Order: sequence, then C-alpha cells, then structure tokens
Amino acid sequence: MQFFGGSEISPSPPAPTALGNNAHMMYVFNRSGVCLLYREWNRPLHTLNAQQDHKLMFGLLFSLKSLTAKMDPTSAEKGNLGVPQLPGQGCSFHSFRTNTYKLSFMESPSGIKIILVTHPRTGDLRDSLNHIYNLYVEYVVRNPLYSAGTPIRSELFNTTLDQYVRSIA
Amino acid sequence: MAAIYSLYIINKSGGLIFYKDYGSSGRMDTNDSLRVASLWHSMHAISQQLSPVSGCLGIELLEADTFDLHCFQSLTGTKFFVVSEPGTQHMDGLLKVIYELYTDYVLKNPFYEMEMPIRCELFDINLTQAIQKDRVVLLGR
Repeated sequence: MQFFGGSEISPSPPAPTALGNNAHMMYVFNRSGVCLLYREWNRPLHTLNAQQDHKLMFGLLFSLKSLTAKMDPTSAEKGNLGVPQLPGQGCSFHSFRTNTYKLSFMESPSGIKIILVTHPRTGDLRDSLNHIYNLYVEYVVRNPLYSAGTPIRSELFNTTLDQYVRSIA
Repeated sequence: MAAIYSLYIINKSGGLIFYKDYGSSGRMDTNDSLRVASLWHSMHAISQQLSPVSGCLGIELLEADTFDLHCFQSLTGTKFFVVSEPGTQHMDGLLKVIYELYTDYVLKNPFYEMEMPIRCELFDINLTQAIQKDRVVLLGR
C-alpha cells in the first residue's frame, strides 16, 4: 500500500474565514493518504505546519480504525493490530469527542475519507457526511477535468460545501 | 440492558496496569490487551495535537459501529477506559466511581508499587460490586 502519493502539491489554500460558520475544519483524504481537500473555517490554534498536520490526521485515523477493528467486542475472529483494513471490513468508528472538539468520520467503499471537526456538543453527523460525499461525487468526480488522486480545486464545490456546512451547525 | 464489555486502566506512561473483560466474544489475550492499551495512550496524545482550539485534554468518547469507548483521565495522567454497548448512559459517572475505588483500594495500599499492575483483592471485589450495582440500577429503570 503506497502512502501519501509522490507529488508535493499542497491542497487548495483555505478560504478566508466564513463568519458564522460553526464547524472548525474539514479534511478529505483518498485511500493512499493524499489530502484531497482541507477547508478551514475557524481554527485559532495551529500546532504543526500543513503537511505534517495532514499526515498526522491521516495517521491518527488509520490507527484508530485498526484499534476499533481489534477492540470490537462482538466479533471473535480478528486480524492482528496494524494490518491495514479494507474499507468496510471490520468495525469502524464514526466519531470521537474531546473536551474541545468533536471529530466525525466517514469512509466510502472506495476509501475516500471525509472528516469534519466541529464543536463538542454536535450531534450525530453521519447523514451530513453522506450528503457531503454526494456533493463530492457530483461536483468533483463527475467533473471531466478532474483527475483522481489530485487535490480538489473547484470553486463551485467549495462554495456549495461552505453553504451546506453552515446549514448543519 | 446497558452492558459493559471491558475495563482498562493505564498508567501515565501508557502501560496497562489493569484489564478486566466482562464477557464479550472479543476477549483478548494479554499481549493484545497490552498493545491495545499502548495504542490508545498514543492516540489520546495525538488527538490533543490536532485540536483546533487550545486546552484539549484528549479523547473522552469514541463511538464505533458496535461499541462505545469512554475514557477518563485523572489529573496525574492515569487513564480509565471502558468499552460498552453503543448509547450506554452514565459511563462518566461509573468511571469516576472506579477512580474513587482505585484511590481507596490501590493507591492507599502500602504494598502497591506505583505504575505496576494492580493485584489488590479488595479493589477487584469492590469493582465487581460497583459494576453489578450499575447493572441492577439500570435494569430497575
């Protein structure tokens, strides 16, 4: 499994903060760990530079998926820790919450991972993530000028996304 | 009925000091439970790095398809986490009760070495009672 892609093209720069947007930020990764999209609406604290931040996020999700598959109390037969899981194989988590943020996660069958970071009292965002995935399919995948595995640079997608995320919160 | 599948206690360096499984088919052998505990310790720390605002203390709740994981971190860095059925209520309260039992029966035990695996009979007995009581209370509702 090859990770992080070969090129160092950075994802589209974050738009100036859209006021009134309650979500903090959003990531979209493909199955190799290439960050296809990073949107930032409200992020006062930046611990690492962008590249490291994306890699850390992907690494965290990869390991958490491995952990949940192993810790699944309802299945007796599991692989070893650290074995990469196929999308949909084994138990996967859909969100985690800390005292300062809530991270909602969704993985499509093709390995596209959508992550939305919001304030901690947000409810279940699985349907919203599904909707965002549909937006991705409509505006990005069906765009004949878009090549898979490259960062998304579509103004229309960004605007529609911003509007939708504003409506969730 | 709300079910607790298992309980883990890890010390401040991430080593597993207590693991109890309450009847799940996902019971793990010692090596796996040690690995899972260390992995959780690291994930907990990394989640603090990725916070968009300052003051993050780490993951408190992880929701998966078939289970929820509730974690409580004491001020000294000892983590107590419980794997339960999705949607189980009042796990935070239970974790605080377990923390109190830990301070009473483990830390105040003069023969207990800090950061070592817990082998205190009174702790086990009282822990089982606390978890049973939790079940009875929930059944009675």
